Amino acid sequence: MTRRPAPPASRRLSRALVYLAAIVIALYIAGPIYLVAVLAFSPRDVVYGYPKPIVPTQISLETMAFFINSYGILDSVKNSVIVAVLTLGLSLAIGAPAGYALARYVFRGSDIYRILILSTRAFPVVILSIPLITAYITWGLDDTALGVALLHTAMALPTTILVTSSIFVGVSKDLEEAAMTMGCTRLGAFRRVALPLALPGLAASAIFTFVLSWNEVFAAAILTIQNQTLPARLIVQLNQSPIPFRFAGGLFILAPAIVFMLFARRYLFSLWGVKLR
Amino acid sequence: MAEIRIQGARKEFGKVVAVKDVDLRIQQGEFVVLLGPSGCGKTTLLRCIAGLEQLDGGRIYFGERDVTDLPVRQRRISMVFQSYAVFPHMTVFENIAFGLRMQRRPDAEIQRRARSAAELLHIEDLLERYPAQLSGGQRQRVAVARAIAYDADVLLMDEPLSNLDALLRLEMRAELKRLLGALKTTVVYVTHDQVEALSLGDRIAVMRSGEILQVDAPLIVYDRPTAHFVGSFIGNPPMNFLPAQAVDGGAAARVEDTLIPLPGPIADALRRAGVSDLWLGIRAENIEPLTEALPGALPGRLLVAEPLGSHTLLTVQVGQAAIKVNAHPDAAFGADQPVWLRLNADKLRALDRASGRAI
Repeated sequence: MTRRPAPPASRRLSRALVYLAAIVIALYIAGPIYLVAVLAFSPRDVVYGYPKPIVPTQISLETMAFFINSYGILDSVKNSVIVAVLTLGLSLAIGAPAGYALARYVFRGSDIYRILILSTRAFPVVILSIPLITAYITWGLDDTALGVALLHTAMALPTTILVTSSIFVGVSKDLEEAAMTMGCTRLGAFRRVALPLALPGLAASAIFTFVLSWNEVFAAAILTIQNQTLPARLIVQLNQSPIPFRFAGGLFILAPAIVFMLFARRYLFSLWGVKLR
Repeated sequence: MAEIRIQGARKEFGKVVAVKDVDLRIQQGEFVVLLGPSGCGKTTLLRCIAGLEQLDGGRIYFGERDVTDLPVRQRRISMVFQSYAVFPHMTVFENIAFGLRMQRRPDAEIQRRARSAAELLHIEDLLERYPAQLSGGQRQRVAVARAIAYDADVLLMDEPLSNLDALLRLEMRAELKRLLGALKTTVVYVTHDQVEALSLGDRIAVMRSGEILQVDAPLIVYDRPTAHFVGSFIGNPPMNFLPAQAVDGGAAARVEDTLIPLPGPIADALRRAGVSDLWLGIRAENIEPLTEALPGALPGRLLVAEPLGSHTLLTVQVGQAAIKVNAHPDAAFGADQPVWLRLNADKLRALDRASGRAI
């Protein structure tokens, strides 16, 4: 109430500018995705044709089918899914307890711990790649889904820990204490109260991890030879592939990220009608 | 239901001593209020009783049970939190039934007792709702119903009314008093609101800096504070404290240039203690404002007169002190007029000015 309202004209102008900026950014991101999607669902001759259509003229699964049936694609999709699920499980199993601890307990050095977590991202995988490969070969982890998943977990953990910690900060400590006064053990209070309340946020975090692993190229490409994940295979193949393959592949690899955005929008921000953060 | 005995309870957070060797005995079925300003350690003491904090020293007994080292769930307590801590992912019914479910009661009993607890708080129509659909006052009722739905030895309440608006707080205060009086549970209730403490408690424990200064029935704490802090913290307006000198071996006190005779018991106590620098404590309603001089009445100058309906609150300058006086609403007083204050000798308190403790 203390701030004087801005004059209507300039406020309307600044609001219009915000919307304009939002539209430009949205178009910049959504435009290419849309165009890729249109062509991925167009028949082959349309994809080869020029100029390419802006609105779909004929919808067909031919292009997608061609991509999916190409040699090795299904295998690499399967590898990608295995790696991503392993990564998701490992990073939640390690990251969520760490995040919970950061959210609930004051301990000596917790600030330094936070920075240390982030600093793991300060070592580029490129520099680590040779020692990693030699280590993996000695451990027999090279060219395995588990090996890739372990590295992806290491890459995902900082975000998982910090995100889950902020989710648990949003679940009031009083709720767990109330459950304990009514007869729950500490673990029981976590399971019956904190976990259900944190679940939507944890799910969003898990999907984020899934997408991170699904899209990760470099580590997957250097650690695998036979059992490539989808991005690792595509990075090799895309440049030498026919145009329909590229559009279909591009859309296919984008899809989980788009689904994540839709899901996270709904669950990250609202929770039983209460704003969590 | 159980008696609570706290012996030498001590709790430290790093270098800060939140609770300093507190002794307190709470009778079975008694309603004790822990009252004090924020940061006085009252909530910490309550959390120690609950087991949510571990003591650094001392012991706590519920009846004959030493609960000092028991985890929260084995202490058989129930607690109402300042934030209500109602579970947002459960319906009102499931919230109330939570304690009974944890005790693995048969389903019929859970239904019956949860419903009767809801009825006591008049929320039986809300059982299927989720907390997000409730108002603050309704959530508060859920929190209380949840705490009384199952058998607990001790009911602990941490500022349960502080998040309600003023009108609702008045209503809920009276309702809590009726409800908890009927239940005959042992209650420990934390608040910083002295009116709440006076209206609810069988006894009030006034705390400051981790120590209990006085534990007594509300009217005794109000009328006969044992410490300067207690008198100035409780009551609206707070108790007046006049600097005074004991004269004639305690038979009278000199305030400015006026001699005020002291009643026998105070005079005896003063003589025994041999204290001469005093605070004379007296409440606003125990001072009679006069418009002309009278022997033993304190001369002063009226600073402000505030009509409050039931009475008029006068602020009178006596020497360096500003004294609050309740005057009859019809009495006509104008600013800056000279007034004389006659103190009701029976209601006088004498405190040692050096220690701030009553003599």
